[in-house]
Amino acid sequence: MQKQSKTGLYWLFLLPFIGTLFPSFYASYRPELAGFPFMYWYLILWIFLVGILSGIIYLIDNH
Amino acid sequence: MVVLGFSASRWHRGDLDLIEEWGLAGRRFGTFVTWFLLGGDLYTAYTFIAVPALVYGAGAFGFFAVPYTIVVFPIMYIVMPRLWRVSKQQNYVTAADFVRGRFDSSLLALAVALTGILATMPYIALQLTGIQAVLTAMGLSGTGLMKDLPLIIAFVILAAYTYTSGLRAPALTAILKDLLIYVTVIVACIAIPMQLGGYGHIFHVAEQTLPTHKGSVMLSPKLFSAFATLALGSAFALLLYPHAVTGSLGAKSGRTIQRNAALLPLYSLALTFIALLGYMAIAAGIHTKDTSLVVPLLFLKTLPTWFAGFAFGAIAIGALVPAAIMAIAAANLFTRNIYREYFAASTGPNREAQVAKIVGMIVILGALFFIVVIPLQYSIYFQTLGGIWILQTVPAIMFGLYTRWFHRWALLIGWLTGMVIGTGMAAAESFKTSIYPLHIGHSVILAYAGIWAIIANIVVTVVLTLIFNAMRVSNGNDSTAAADYITEPDEKAVAQ
Repeated sequence: MQKQSKTGLYWLFLLPFIGTLFPSFYASYRPELAGFPFMYWYLILWIFLVGILSGIIYLIDNH
Repeated sequence: MVVLGFSASRWHRGDLDLIEEWGLAGRRFGTFVTWFLLGGDLYTAYTFIAVPALVYGAGAFGFFAVPYTIVVFPIMYIVMPRLWRVSKQQNYVTAADFVRGRFDSSLLALAVALTGILATMPYIALQLTGIQAVLTAMGLSGTGLMKDLPLIIAFVILAAYTYTSGLRAPALTAILKDLLIYVTVIVACIAIPMQLGGYGHIFHVAEQTLPTHKGSVMLSPKLFSAFATLALGSAFALLLYPHAVTGSLGAKSGRTIQRNAALLPLYSLALTFIALLGYMAIAAGIHTKDTSLVVPLLFLKTLPTWFAGFAFGAIAIGALVPAAIMAIAAANLFTRNIYREYFAASTGPNREAQVAKIVGMIVILGALFFIVVIPLQYSIYFQTLGGIWILQTVPAIMFGLYTRWFHRWALLIGWLTGMVIGTGMAAAESFKTSIYPLHIGHSVILAYAGIWAIIANIVVTVVLTLIFNAMRVSNGNDSTAAADYITEPDEKAVAQ
């Protein structure tokens, strides 16, 4: 079975790189959330986002 | 757990006298098992001990592990299914097999195989530090032979069940191991902060205490580039470690790997909370020079004894699973790319599996030797180097999956350049850190030595490719076809 490649979609995968590899955007204490400084809860948020993003791309990929 | 390891040979029964069966479990693992298998690779007993230890000593910098384990999944989603598909079509068992077929160069394949084996050995040895730290914290550190006896017993068990069951053994034990670890992490990250006055208080105390260790809860701007390059470099390296390749190729389809890229971030979440244990240890007033004891001492101080015992068991088992996968991966490399290539060209498939099983045992015993005889510090140095070295195989393997533009000899010389520069930079820092300050004009840029080395590697590879092509140096024949990279098997047919 040949799979039509939808590589255009894969550009979305740049988002986690941009979001997490530039600490100058997020290395700050505020705003705090539940006692966590911004940097920490922001990175934890990205863990969920990368999972959701991969899930969505998988669903479109194999639709 | 031992029973589980041995009985694994019966599970999804295959002919264990074939290397594809022993070393890749017949490429039959579904989403669920692959998840545990790759998860076991991602966070090992060493991670459990080393990441909180780094956070305890250096603060926010230790959290490079979080962006690292975020960006690794997009790379995995895009790259690993291609490697899986071409390996399935061409019956490749290792990444070096692929390089050999793609670039028609057994020397380049040898370079990839040696890099993998060299980087894996100290990694296996370090898994033992997890067991050792737990034993020391429990006050079970005897002297002489007694000190090493529990480790030796653990390794004999590991060697025996790996020999009999191949990749099926760690896959099945990985499920048990991770259930124990998830329970430990969830309990520890709820119970300990409750005792210590909540996360806000923990961050506050860490902030007050850390400057004395020369760290901080907030990443300082001068470390931004080091933090980002270490995360990026580690992510690319992780997927090319032989055990990650073996774990991926054991899946039953490229799609299984893609599904896992979406599901594996749960492990990153656990890892983040494991890293926070470093701050919890500071807040709990743990003082130790031996930072590998941070987590065991924290558990002993804040959790009931019976639960600390449970957690220690989880860490100990957590050492054996990745160690087994690593040993199998190293054995696959040796058998396919060194033994078959250089010593016995006409080996039959049964002979190949036999050799792989024996090499697997030797690798495990070698790792044991590493930890018993060579000081722990050297294993840590080697492991730091291992990441830098593995990264140098990115052009041959990852770029190779997309293009054959690069010349085989250019790739080999580029690899050598990267290895030499990366090792030299680490040596210049006395192997204590993998961060190297590069002086460019009047400014200094801090970055992961592996990244500097891969930049040099790529530049050399590109320039030499242009030169060799201009000189019409033969570039061999590609034994893979374009369709091999995108042909996905019918999963229902494979599942039988």
